[in-house]
Parts: sequence; structure tokens; C-alpha cells
Amino acid sequence: MIPLTHYLVLGAILFAISVVGIFLNKKNVIILLMAIELMLLAVNTNFIAFSHYLQDTSGQIFVFFILTVAAAESAIGLAILVVLFRTIRSINVEDIGRLKN
Amino acid sequence: MSFQLAVFYAFALILVFAALRVITARNPVHASLFLVLAFVTAAGLWMLLEAEFLAITLVLVYVGAVMVLFLFVVMMLDINIDRIREGYWEYLVPALVVAGTMLAEMTLLLVGRSLRLEGMPAPAAKAETYSNTKELGRLIYTQYVYAFEIASVILLVAIVAAIALTMRRRKDSKYQDPARQVVVRRADRVRIVAMKSEKPAAPAAPASEQAAP
Repeated sequence: MIPLTHYLVLGAILFAISVVGIFLNKKNVIILLMAIELMLLAVNTNFIAFSHYLQDTSGQIFVFFILTVAAAESAIGLAILVVLFRTIRSINVEDIGRLKN
Repeated sequence: MSFQLAVFYAFALILVFAALRVITARNPVHASLFLVLAFVTAAGLWMLLEAEFLAITLVLVYVGAVMVLFLFVVMMLDINIDRIREGYWEYLVPALVVAGTMLAEMTLLLVGRSLRLEGMPAPAAKAETYSNTKELGRLIYTQYVYAFEIASVILLVAIVAAIALTMRRRKDSKYQDPARQVVVRRADRVRIVAMKSEKPAAPAAPASEQAAP
């Protein structure tokens, strides 16, 4: 059988990779959204692993709600992105400085 | 090494590779396709953990809907990749330091003896008649029914917000506005002009009439 630690370390690795991704893709909003999705995936994997090993289905319910909220979040995020692109013809984070001054 | 462990390692390798490609891919389309691979692989891992319903949901909802939305947006926008990739590796060192520290801390905690996670026994396999979906449904509609209702409202808000944000009126499109149609009055449309009745003009001479057309 697979020890619980394996899943938790895999989740940690996935989370660390997405942190690096957020640092590297600091200008590209789309990849930033994707890195956030990866983070949520890592968290969900941890939830499911604990739910399986503790024999408690409530963990899976939490994953269910996280999936719901994440889908809503990415839909609204992409809608904002489309509106932003229509307005300033760019998705570069450096160009988003309109509220300055 | 048991078969399950081999499958786990294979899936974990693919998952880590896909995640690395997501954050380093030059083309955002490639990044989203690798994210699809990551989600499908994660669904496989969840299947190993006997969370069948969520594994299928991940593939259906994420790969089928969210990632298609991502691809749609990525392909619709005209992104200047060269400009956006300027100074890409600039923050590599701080990123590696932060992520490496986090990973080291978590691994130390998880693998170390303090939590005694190693001793946690793997649960026995469920009976053949056990249904993960049924169990989840039972919990959702009893213990977590309020949270479920709130989740549905959140989805509704997301629908309304996404449509309200991206909808725009085209200037050249013609459409009816029922509200304005209803409030219109006779005076807006018909103007009655008071004038004396007139005789019709005398018929012109036959010769000029023929020449006129």
C-alpha cells in the first residue's frame, strides 16, 4: 500500500512548483491564474488523501466545495481578463497601473 | 514494490513534469494543455485514493469546462509573448529560496517522526457494494445542505458576474427595447396638423404629360 506521506509530499511539491510559477510569471495574468489552479489541486489532493486514510468522507465534501469556488473564481477572473484586454489591449501586469496617482 | 505504488510513482512523475511545464512553457496555449495533463493525472491519483466521484468531477468540470474556457481566452487574446517574457528568470533565486524553504519545512514535518504519519494504517478496501457517490450525496444533502445551497448561489453569482462583465452593446446592431415600446404615447408618434382642405391640382396638358416621363 501507498503510505499517506507520499501523497502529502507530492502535494507539497506541487504547491512549491506553483509558488515558483507565480514568482516567474509575474507579468502574465493567465499563467498566474493557472498557477493558482495548480495550488488548489495540491490542496485538494491533500484533502482527499487525509479523507481516505482517516476514513472520513467530509474531506471529499470540502474538495467538492473548493472545486465549485475555484471554477467560479476562474470564470470571473477570465471575464475580468477579457474586459481588461479590451480596454488596454494587453494583459501585461506592468501595463495595469491606471489607478496610480 | 506493489503495483499500486508503481502506478503512484508514474502518475506523480507525470504530474510534477506537467506542473513544471505549466509554469515554464513559453506559449500560454502549451501551458494550458499541460495543465489539462496535470488535472487528468491528478484525477488518476484521486482514483487510487478511492475518491471516484471527485476524480470524474475533476475531469468533467476542470478539463471539460474550465480548461476549455482558459484555452478559449488564451486563443482569443493577442498576447505579445516576447514582451511578456522579458526578465522571466529575474526572480528565479528568490522563488527557489521561498519554494525550497516551504517544501523543506513541509517535508521535515511530514516525514519526521513527530506526526507519526508513517504509522497511520492504510484503510481496508471497501466492499464491492460501497458507492462513493452515494456516500457523498448522503452527506451533501444532510449534514452539509446549507453549504451546498451557498455553493449553488456562488455559482449563480459567477454566471451573472461573468456575463455582466463581458457583455457589451454593439453600436451598429438593431434591437427592440420593450420598455420603451410600452411607454410610448400617441403624441410621440402622430402629429395632427390643422389645415384647410385643398382642391387637387388641375390635370396637366396631355402633351406635357406624355413628355414628362
